[in-house]
Amino acid sequence: MTAQPATAAVPELDLDPFSDEFLTTPYPAHEQMRETGPVFRLERYGVWGVARYDEVSRVLAAHETFVSSRGVGISDFAKEKPWRPPSLLLEADPPHHTKARHVVTQIMTPKLLRSLKDGFQQRADELIARVASRGGEIDGVADLAEAYPLEVFPDFIGLPKDGRENLLPYGSMVFNTFGPRNSHFERALERGAKAQGWIMEQCRPGAPAPDGLGAKIHAAAADAGYSAEDQAKLLRSFLSAGVDTTVHGIGNALQCLADNPEQFAALRKDPSLARAAFEETVRYSSPVQTFFRTTSKDTELSGVPLPEGSKVLMFLAAANRDPRRWENPERFDIRRKAAGHVGFGFGVHACLGQMLARLEGECFLSALARNVAGIELAGEPVQQLNNTLRGLDSLPLRLTAA
Amino acid sequence: MPKVTFIQPDGMQTVLEADTGTSVMRTAAANGVPGIVAECGGSAMCATCHVYVEDAYLDGLPEVSEVEDEMLDCTASARCANSRLSCQLNIESDIAVRIPEAQV
Ligand code: HEM
Repeated sequence: MTAQPATAAVPELDLDPFSDEFLTTPYPAHEQMRETGPVFRLERYGVWGVARYDEVSRVLAAHETFVSSRGVGISDFAKEKPWRPPSLLLEADPPHHTKARHVVTQIMTPKLLRSLKDGFQQRADELIARVASRGGEIDGVADLAEAYPLEVFPDFIGLPKDGRENLLPYGSMVFNTFGPRNSHFERALERGAKAQGWIMEQCRPGAPAPDGLGAKIHAAAADAGYSAEDQAKLLRSFLSAGVDTTVHGIGNALQCLADNPEQFAALRKDPSLARAAFEETVRYSSPVQTFFRTTSKDTELSGVPLPEGSKVLMFLAAANRDPRRWENPERFDIRRKAAGHVGFGFGVHACLGQMLARLEGECFLSALARNVAGIELAGEPVQQLNNTLRGLDSLPLRLTAA
Repeated sequence: MPKVTFIQPDGMQTVLEADTGTSVMRTAAANGVPGIVAECGGSAMCATCHVYVEDAYLDGLPEVSEVEDEMLDCTASARCANSRLSCQLNIESDIAVRIPEAQV
């Protein structure tokens, strides 16, 4: 690490990372932020930012100094009341966080996930074969990227068939509220309000089907001494973080493969590259672009002094394309070693659903490789703008059945 | 600098110098040692950086945490008494590890 002298002026940037322009095409601004220095100020919001792989990784790792309990959005819970009761996982610090996280990790084990694989694969094959054989133009988002997770994930949790349309608006609301109170935030609250009632209803102990993951989380949480209210809050994390993220991951993968026919050809030739192709998508086109931390004390990062209570915005997606860490970062390459990217975060808060997300991504893309011979853009993709997420609203495609 | 020895299932050995404090997993990843998948990047979530620590180096290793213990129950190759996740092994002195037949 080359420490900068502590007196070095901190670059001030006038960028608005939550503006429509930025959210539509973030990459030029990502480069500007990476090149301006290891740590910079975003004038408009009075927050700090990090966009290089090294600094983002170090902020993620130093969870005692860069805490989550004061919110992982722009709002500081020490100064502003959060809009919903904070998450016991995402918005908590050790030791409380450690205990809550263990409730989940003891259930969502790699072993459990392996046992899901055959079923998940079969449903991906059925869906993709059906859509591909339809011919003509399809919407890669509604027909595939949304359809697949919305089929497997709620069944896995044990949610009723009725009301699943509430999952996406709720997730989109949660991720929008990590940003400032701009139009995305306000509109998301409006649209999400309706969904919220249904979500809370499903999170109650006793509501999910007894053989699903939801009931298992409730039971393990009860064993660990959590109240009914907190048991519900633990399941809420899954319904918030588990759907929009994988939908965007799969949608972005479809877009990357349509844009890079030689990569799709490689996947077709060797469908066992499916898991790597999903990993590379999460690096190259990260569904979760940013998260904040708050400094718990006066500290320093790469020579820049940060006073207690500083909000620090981590540009995960920019770190995933930092040329200091990645060779040809602008190239979508399913054969690269993408492990080590921070698209799922890192450290104590590393994504709890990452193995499930990988399973969904792998099953979907391997089904695509085996059931589809060609994938071609049939119109302009429409970006869905969200204060935290990157994904598509629609993706017009023409598929050729294999 | 401490030395890390990786022993492949076929007996092939790679000896690397490592920075004190980095993990055995990171040392393998940075040098392209095959057989350590480390899908989750070191967050103890995937159980794909499983290694068997050679007997001579078992003393003085950090304790197996509850989370690592549960992950080790999920490894693709059989768990043994000397099984560890290499992402949880920070290098303080020389160490030798055997790579299992399968990680996924
Ligand atoms: C491609 C899909 C996904 C992406 C890109 C993603 C990304 C992330 C990231 C970056 C974090 C770190 C947050 C932080 O450091 O503050 C995180 C945390 C989390 N994710 Fe995911 N996620 C995905 C899918 C899922 C799924 C499917 C689930 C649930 C089944 C899930 C549940 C969670 C939870 C509960 C946390 C909080 C963990 C904690 O704070 O200890 N995620 N995710």
